[in-house]
Amino acid sequence: MTGRLQIGAIRSSFAPWEDPLLKPLVRFEAVSKRFGETAAVSEVSLAIYEGEFFALLGPSGCGKTTLMRMLAGFETPDAGRILLDGEDIAPLPPHRRPVHMMFQSYALFPHLTVAQNVAFGLKQRGDPKAEIDARVDEMLGLVKLAGLGRRRPDQLSGGQRQRVALARAIAPSPRILLLDEPLAALDRKLREETRVELMALQQTLGMTFVIVTHDQDEAMVLADRIAVMRDGEVAQVGRPAEIYEAPADRYVAGFVGDVNLFEARLDSVDGGRVRLASPEGRFEADDDDPPEVGATAWLAVRPEKMRLTVEPPPEGPNRLSGRISDIGYLGDWTTYGVEIAPGRVIRAARANAARRVEAPLGWDDQVWLAFAPDAAVVLKR
Amino acid sequence: MKPERAALAAVAPYLWLLAFFAVPFLLVAKLSLSDSVLAMPPYAPQIDLSRGADGVRAFLAALDLETYLRLVRDHLYLDAYLSSLRLAATGTVILLLIGYPIAYGITRCAPGPRQALLMAVILPFWTSFLIRIYAWIAILKPQGLLNAALGALGLEPVNLLNTEAAVILGLVYAYLPFMVLPLYAVLTRQDESLIEAAQDLGASPTRAFWTVTVPLSLPGVAAGALLCFIPMAGEFVIPDLLGGSETLMLGKVIWIEFFANRDWPAASAVAIVLLVTLLVPIMLLERAPPKVLR
Amino acid sequence: MRRGPSAFNVAAIVAGLVFLYLPIVLLILYSFNASSLVTVWGGFSTRWYAALAKDQQMLDAAWTTLRVGAISATLATVLGVLAAVALVRAGKFRGRWGLAGMTYATLVMPEVILGLSLLLLFVAVGAPRGFWTVTLSHATLTLAYATVVVQARLASIDRSLEEAAQDLGCPPAMAFLKITLPAIAPAVAAAWMLAFTLSLDDLVIASFTSGPGATTLPMRLYSQVRLGVDPKINAISTLLIGLVATGVIAAYLIQQRAARRA
Repeated sequence: MTGRLQIGAIRSSFAPWEDPLLKPLVRFEAVSKRFGETAAVSEVSLAIYEGEFFALLGPSGCGKTTLMRMLAGFETPDAGRILLDGEDIAPLPPHRRPVHMMFQSYALFPHLTVAQNVAFGLKQRGDPKAEIDARVDEMLGLVKLAGLGRRRPDQLSGGQRQRVALARAIAPSPRILLLDEPLAALDRKLREETRVELMALQQTLGMTFVIVTHDQDEAMVLADRIAVMRDGEVAQVGRPAEIYEAPADRYVAGFVGDVNLFEARLDSVDGGRVRLASPEGRFEADDDDPPEVGATAWLAVRPEKMRLTVEPPPEGPNRLSGRISDIGYLGDWTTYGVEIAPGRVIRAARANAARRVEAPLGWDDQVWLAFAPDAAVVLKR
Repeated sequence: MKPERAALAAVAPYLWLLAFFAVPFLLVAKLSLSDSVLAMPPYAPQIDLSRGADGVRAFLAALDLETYLRLVRDHLYLDAYLSSLRLAATGTVILLLIGYPIAYGITRCAPGPRQALLMAVILPFWTSFLIRIYAWIAILKPQGLLNAALGALGLEPVNLLNTEAAVILGLVYAYLPFMVLPLYAVLTRQDESLIEAAQDLGASPTRAFWTVTVPLSLPGVAAGALLCFIPMAGEFVIPDLLGGSETLMLGKVIWIEFFANRDWPAASAVAIVLLVTLLVPIMLLERAPPKVLR
Repeated sequence: MRRGPSAFNVAAIVAGLVFLYLPIVLLILYSFNASSLVTVWGGFSTRWYAALAKDQQMLDAAWTTLRVGAISATLATVLGVLAAVALVRAGKFRGRWGLAGMTYATLVMPEVILGLSLLLLFVAVGAPRGFWTVTLSHATLTLAYATVVVQARLASIDRSLEEAAQDLGCPPAMAFLKITLPAIAPAVAAAWMLAFTLSLDDLVIASFTSGPGATTLPMRLYSQVRLGVDPKINAISTLLIGLVATGVIAAYLIQQRAARRA
């Protein structure tokens, strides 16, 4: 092999978590929290670094919001510690923590004007009035709401309210800004615009952002690192590309993006090349840390890494044939469902790179699927 | 159901209220301009429709403001007027001071106990007003339960019955549910995340209460205050049973003029004065319909 | 996170409830007092209840009150449902302001004024004062309460339920009867209960509008109370409180169950 291949499509020099000498800004140490019978968070350990944009991703009820609320101080851990700058913050009530939150509902004070809302945190701190006014103006400018300071929250659009909530939370310059589903209430177009603004804002301020979201696209686009959560536990922490291209298990693979899974038995390992066998065919995949021979494993292949052809590919592994059972035309992509056995549908996706196609595919066409060994991931769980 | 058809449903209740609520007020107004006479009915003039238009003209000519002049000249009425407003206002303030912590406390409870507590606050409102006030007589009278308890503790007996203090106590007691319910309604609708946001931004729990909870509950405070003040200003049973002859309130004056003195025009004139006084608070209350019974 | 009540909150609630219930509890307790002195406990006895059973005037008054209450509450509930339907469903119509205004004004109007004005009406039209004048007056007083109770429930009902029924072929009037009416039934029952107890309770309006032969229980009680504390009053009060409390708690539980089903 010439030169080691890197995971993902983005090159970034920002990786404080790879520096063993750097102390994290926040450290969760085996934190647990129960609500009655249900364990909302169990034994979670995480480290978040200064300047990071960190996402807690998971379905509703996975414990991500509880984790964030423990950081803000609205819930107390039953076990474990939360350290901020190396100090246990358990004794600090919410109003003494240098952590501010942007609420999902925005929680703008309806009886105060926009400017008074933004000034609220500064006033609690006892800043001089002139400083507060200047800071409020600066913040409103930053979120492009200059001139709207005297309005009331109910006189604003949804997008404007969202920006007031943001300005209010960052005005006192917290060490960490928590964002609880910040874009959930916006419509799609506005959401995409706001994502970009949020990233730019985080870059400008250099502030540590922690976002809670159930939207994988949002987490992928925004975050430097993502913690995927399931049932109160962290399933995987990593850069978006690692989460997508090297998922830790079937849950992560399925939660982030579409995936085809093949249950198979591990036949042999030859250097970095793993051979597997299943009733659906023989497979080969690249893996540096394979399971032991004879164990059950799962091969995960993303739809866009499936090659869809009418002509049969050369004899060998990683080859399947079937009948097209559904087609979804999305504009930029077309997705296909290929039925390789009754009821067993494999997904494939093709970029619509050209406007005109010589021989378009149709329903019930007999087709072939193939994938390269380095397109597949071997999962132990 | 179409809106036009639903509007038809308004006809019967509308006519009913017109006949039994609105028209009677006109009669009270008319009577307040009449004179008291020893007859049945005990007022003059009467409309003599057998004389046609002349009868109506003669009737209108005989109406005058004499009864109102009597009210102004006699300091008894002015005293009763002022003490009505004073007692109702005092009662309202005390009700707010007592009712707010109760309403706020209930909203802080878990849903189960919250419903039960709310029910416990409302329940006395359903039981007879008269009986509840009567119960206080047995407690407050000179040889009553309060003084028996004080005596057992070796303390001096107090004489509360037939004082203004007893009337205020009775007002507060009887109207507490009317204060707690609107306050509870507005406090329970408050978004908890607003308090969290205030704390998140550095406000202590106490500070968050005063800067967020209290200002946002002001509509409930206003509704509760009006809801209590208006009927309390016209209250009859409480000043009559607990206030003795010392305390005069307008409701009691109307009662005495009507039943004891048989002076119907005077009773009507006092009623009109009370009504005009309460008109502004009533209109204020109508702008925010009471959510008491919801 | 919903913070639990603080010690101060708990103290406020407890003090408030003691304040509300202590007089009632004492009153009930002393209705079983063998002694006729209020402050002296002479042992447990039901003699005042026995005395009550022999008091024909009191029994007559109670019977009158129950009849007035039942008829006026029924009238008020029917009219209240109509008013609520108009206020919630009719949007803006001429007379809406007047209907809503008169309704809310009745709620807070001092009873003395209501009583006096109704009496003058009956005198003006020459109606003999008695059972029916009290009943009509009570219906007027309680109509407003019934309207508010039903209105609140009706407003919380999803309009699309009725629309769905119509969409499935049910004529509009039928859709109201079959879908909406059952849904507001608990509120209608609660409205009737409220109207009934308010009528049961009223002294002032009854005193103005009643005539000979139609003395209600509160009127009888009032004339007794003015003479002083009497254990017999405690006894009848206890019976009334028991009756009303049972009814109210039953109505509350019915509504709770209905709410849970909804």
